[in-house]
Amino acid sequence: MKGKAHRYGDHVNTDQIIPGQYTKTLDVDELAAHVLEFLDPDFRTRMKSGDFVVAGENFGCGSSREQAPLALKAAGVAGIVAGSFARIFFRNAINIGLPVLEIGSHDIADKNDLEIDLESGTVTDLTAEQTYQAVEMPRVMKEILHEGGLTAYLKNHGDYDL
Amino acid sequence: MSQTLTEKIISRHLGKSVQPGELVIVPVDAVMASDATAPYAIKAFQEMGTRRLWHPEKVILVIDHAAPAPNPRIGNLHALMRKFAKEMGCRLYDVGAGICHQVMVENEHVRPGDIVIGADSHSCTYGAVAAFGTGMGSTDVAALMSTGKTWIKVPPTIKVEITGNLSTDTSAKDLILFLVGQLGTNGANYQAIEYTGEAIKGFSLASRMTLASMSVEMGAKSGIVDPAGLTLPYPFEPMKADPDAHYHKVYRFDVSELSSQISLPHSPDQAVSLEEAAGTSIDVAFIGTCTNGRLEDLQAAAQILEGHHIAPHVRMIIAPASREVFNQALQQGTVEILSQAGATFITPGCGPCVGTHLGVPGDREVVISTANRNFKGRMGNPNSSIYLASPAAVAASALRGVISAPPDGSPSLQNETQEQP
Ligand code: SF4
Repeated sequence: MKGKAHRYGDHVNTDQIIPGQYTKTLDVDELAAHVLEFLDPDFRTRMKSGDFVVAGENFGCGSSREQAPLALKAAGVAGIVAGSFARIFFRNAINIGLPVLEIGSHDIADKNDLEIDLESGTVTDLTAEQTYQAVEMPRVMKEILHEGGLTAYLKNHGDYDL
Repeated sequence: MSQTLTEKIISRHLGKSVQPGELVIVPVDAVMASDATAPYAIKAFQEMGTRRLWHPEKVILVIDHAAPAPNPRIGNLHALMRKFAKEMGCRLYDVGAGICHQVMVENEHVRPGDIVIGADSHSCTYGAVAAFGTGMGSTDVAALMSTGKTWIKVPPTIKVEITGNLSTDTSAKDLILFLVGQLGTNGANYQAIEYTGEAIKGFSLASRMTLASMSVEMGAKSGIVDPAGLTLPYPFEPMKADPDAHYHKVYRFDVSELSSQISLPHSPDQAVSLEEAAGTSIDVAFIGTCTNGRLEDLQAAAQILEGHHIAPHVRMIIAPASREVFNQALQQGTVEILSQAGATFITPGCGPCVGTHLGVPGDREVVISTANRNFKGRMGNPNSSIYLASPAAVAASALRGVISAPPDGSPSLQNETQEQP
């Protein structure tokens, strides 16, 4: 996967990703319309489908709303790269089939071109010519992501299968 | 092997001893979703192809986040929940019953030693009754509704030992704001917290809920309050951590000198002594939420406001944590005192906490709130500011119209009531 980086700082919280008042809908396009609205009002107009959101530490802290990764995915974001993630966000993203890569401290700048290889878990900053290795996920998460999310996983397996 | 309380609870559910870092599939005792998360959970549940709930009486749905419905779209989501609950035979707490976490504890859907998962980040509140409670998203909860199981990585435990005695004008809220300030918003990421120590032994169930609820504000997976001193309306066996259990980290704080705390905009970990913000003019004073909407919180406010009236430019909004709390406050005359003082009572539930309705602040307005989060835009307007403080401080601020510490010698909250939370 190749795309541009949209760089944000540390502690991007779920109220910034999708404000609470917009979460009460089953229409994911409507979620997408408000994604990152309080943090970066122009994000929707600047980003292209297949781009990546890149952040510092503790991305997705705050609420358990699955609407946060859903909004990003529905907007066309292909994956999130961050120094670290808040626990529930990370899990939710995998469950809905949105790739998340935890790479520790990094220098990826805004607008840099990135290439991500999910199989090997590498993130390459093509602009700065630097490669980062993502922290390995637990096996169950890999399998869930591989099958496109937890709904598909359970539909296929009927139960957790470790 | 010696274990922390968290490890013990998980081990008991598996019938084998677990260690931090281990990935396990655990059976749970109950699963909860609110109107903010249940619609997606129902959708995922249906897509998973399961036709029956794992255990209808252990699946609890609560309509609290936007209740009563402020618009037709939310009205339809509520209707979807009611229909699902009826078809599946699960328990649904409808408009006005209260905040999901309050309802779970009050109605004994969570008991000491249980593992309970909620589709809400503040499910760590169940640590107040020494249960392992943690928040997950809608799809994880859908999987739980279908299988009764989930996967977790056994968290390393952080011990937070609180010694000394809180002074009479501080409460569990001042303590937890202080702790969030000390550890930071990711200070306990992926970890379990266990609160213990002399200072919290005398805490009421309500104060324990205040403490446990904000564990997630430090990124914690769970936050269990040592059950020593806990009283519940039913008998239970108080589990204990082994004395030589291994903790990932140990923090010790003496709180004898702790002053009233306040978290400055826009993060709960911006906690400072309230004096630093004193004098800031406020527009809204809000008392409520799963952190501070219980009887003792309303009583603390009433003690300050009795016989007085709030400042003319302030709107004071009170959302009792549950109908039970509201009824008790009614019976005791607490509602009357607060209403006479100029406060407005709204439906028991989340109220304006999450920006959906019932009190969205205007641009440049300043809110002092008993909630747990003050992220920019949390209450629905990114151009407003939210300060977090104790119920007593919110009441004192409403009275004067500016951020104010509770008057000296206002009664200590933590030993106040032994009634329901
Ligand atoms: S009161 Fe606020 S923090 Fe608590 S469950 Fe409701 S919205 Fe969440």
